[in-house]
Amino acid sequence: MDQLDSVVQLLDSNGSFANHSQYISTLSDSELFDFYRDMVLVRALDEQATALQRQGELGLWAPLLGQEAAQIGSARAMRKQDFAFSTYREHGVAWCRGVDPVDMLSFWRGTKHQGWDANQYRFYGYQIIIGAHALHATGYAMGAYLSRNTETGDAGKDQAVMAYFGDGAMSEGDVNEAFVFAASYQAPVVFYCQNNQWAISEPTRRQSRVPLAYRAAGFGIPGIRVDGNDVIACYEVTKQALDRARSGGGPTLIEAITYRMGAHTTSDDPTKYQVFSDVELWRDRDPIERLKVYLRAKGVLNNELESEISDEAAALTERMRKGCRELPDPNPLSMFNHVYSESDLNIDEQRREVETILSRSQNN
Amino acid sequence: MPQLSIVHALNQGMHRAMEADSKVLLMGEDIGKLGGVFRVTEGLQQSFGDERVIDSPLAESGIVGTAIGLALYGFRPVVEIQFDGFVFPAFDQIVVQLARMRFRSAGALSLPITIRIPYGGGIGSVEHHSESPESYFAATPGLRVVTCSDSHDAYWMIQQSIASDDPVIFLEPKRRYWQKSEVNTNAKLNEISSLHEARVLSEGTDCTIIGYGPTIATCLQAARLAAEDGVSLEVIDLRSLSPLDMPVLIKSANKTGRVVIVHEASRSGGVGAEIATRLSQECFYKLEAPVMRVTGYDVPYPPSRIEDDYLPDAERILDAVEKCMGY
Ligand SMILES: Cc1ncc(C[n+]2csc(CCOP(=O)(O)OP(=O)(O)O)c2C)c(N)n1
Repeated sequence: MDQLDSVVQLLDSNGSFANHSQYISTLSDSELFDFYRDMVLVRALDEQATALQRQGELGLWAPLLGQEAAQIGSARAMRKQDFAFSTYREHGVAWCRGVDPVDMLSFWRGTKHQGWDANQYRFYGYQIIIGAHALHATGYAMGAYLSRNTETGDAGKDQAVMAYFGDGAMSEGDVNEAFVFAASYQAPVVFYCQNNQWAISEPTRRQSRVPLAYRAAGFGIPGIRVDGNDVIACYEVTKQALDRARSGGGPTLIEAITYRMGAHTTSDDPTKYQVFSDVELWRDRDPIERLKVYLRAKGVLNNELESEISDEAAALTERMRKGCRELPDPNPLSMFNHVYSESDLNIDEQRREVETILSRSQNN
Repeated sequence: MPQLSIVHALNQGMHRAMEADSKVLLMGEDIGKLGGVFRVTEGLQQSFGDERVIDSPLAESGIVGTAIGLALYGFRPVVEIQFDGFVFPAFDQIVVQLARMRFRSAGALSLPITIRIPYGGGIGSVEHHSESPESYFAATPGLRVVTCSDSHDAYWMIQQSIASDDPVIFLEPKRRYWQKSEVNTNAKLNEISSLHEARVLSEGTDCTIIGYGPTIATCLQAARLAAEDGVSLEVIDLRSLSPLDMPVLIKSANKTGRVVIVHEASRSGGVGAEIATRLSQECFYKLEAPVMRVTGYDVPYPPSRIEDDYLPDAERILDAVEKCMGY
């Protein structure tokens, strides 16, 4: 496929590895093993969440199936002090930032709008409004720069910001304005576009006549295309971009070329628009399978370790099933909390209205 | 007369409008091949081709902004905003550009654009999929803002909106999309009552209930429950949020002397506030009680597990009626 010309790839779909002229991987065997483990676990997490939606436990779920390498590779390139802004599909990124999978479910179950404390994990909540957070990421990066938390040379201090979005988002004004601001201020932000070929039913060519990464040049931002199903390439490309951002080199746009192997969300029916042969083609490029082949050939992975990971996945999904059903429904009165920083007479009055209704239904 | 869901009625209404006028074209995200995420435009691209049913790039400001250009060229665009919560990137194009064109051009330029927006809650979805943004638009001079509550209105009001030479914000009650009712498809467009007429759905004598869109089914349920207790409610479907059909509302308020307005949108600054003010001016001596409102609260739309506590239900409407009757 011509799309895969000129993209950075270190691990091909058959599982053979070769360094790239500009990206020499220094990942250790144990780091690679961890990537593998991460990918298997987030796929299990994703399948479990889809199943929970089918069983009526979640209102909706946006599967990441097929995008494991694009997410794990890039998120593992982040340092603790970095910050990630993401869409509704970045469960793999959430996982790497340490968010508990049950907390991820709370959003989709409808018990919370944000299932975790963004500052604690340095990971924003799921963003539904396409592209809005690209500006937030840029502003946050400007903040890091203005606070002199870049370019100090201190590895534990210098910050960079990741902004995740999809190919469809590349059309929104907010994303394009984010490019302008980031370029203008040389903000330490890495725009990470997962081109999964679809924006619901619309193919990427509806959004762009050129590969998405080419657009970066017009904004004065380096644009890089990476094989989004190659976790090693995603890691190395992101790491280099983050390092440049941290050291004052400005923003980068990375286009991770991948494929949405599942439905857009559990409400979607891709058979209406997807071509079966495309899906088959991409199934052969599976991100997990190729790393498995590579690690087995290297002797890093064997049956015993595989079954340990399977056990771990089984424990994780068991915990998700239980945790999901046990997620407490919010107290209806909680809707009146946190509208403003201080209490408000009007809201207090409306809270009392609901209190009256609730106490009556309790007494009945 | 066929029984149609609101989705099918809208679909057939647009089909008819496209047959009647070759300048009508549809534009929006996923409306072509997929037929829209709610399937409202299903099959229309097959019928009219991809130059009249256009899958747009993912950019709402772009959708409305280019619709303005198309309209200036003589087209009659009908654009879909996928969900209520996604209309805001297009806010400048709608409120600042679209709404004012006729006025600023002293009548020389007209923009016959219909913006379809599925709106309202109660579908158990995630953030930004259950909003009621109508009062922003109803507060904007130059826009017509309408909403249907049944299939007959869906079928005819969408055609009237498309035929209107003014921009129309057409709000679709998504939680009632699959509710079926009879549609008289044999009528003619010019014989149908005005797009901006409020309609008395059930006559009553004790108290008037004014609702629109998704709350109409709830208002009618409240009227049935009240009737069991011997209280007679008059239910009015507003249909048009801007302009308001004040004569129908005034007549009813003068008759019953009591009014309860129902909407899902937040209370403060909502459509109900405008109606209450006007009724208190016009019907001051006939009102037996202050005009009441049963609405969403003044908070962002809550997580879906507690949306039932946010949305107006029959019980809350009956509480308000009881309060009115107590004066
Ligand atoms: C402003 C806005 N418009 C429309 C939508 C509806 N919508 C949700 S996801 C989506 C497609 C997004 O495609 P892309 O950016 O490629 O990301 P992907 O879902 O493929 O990960 C659309 C149109 C939205 N959430 N926000």
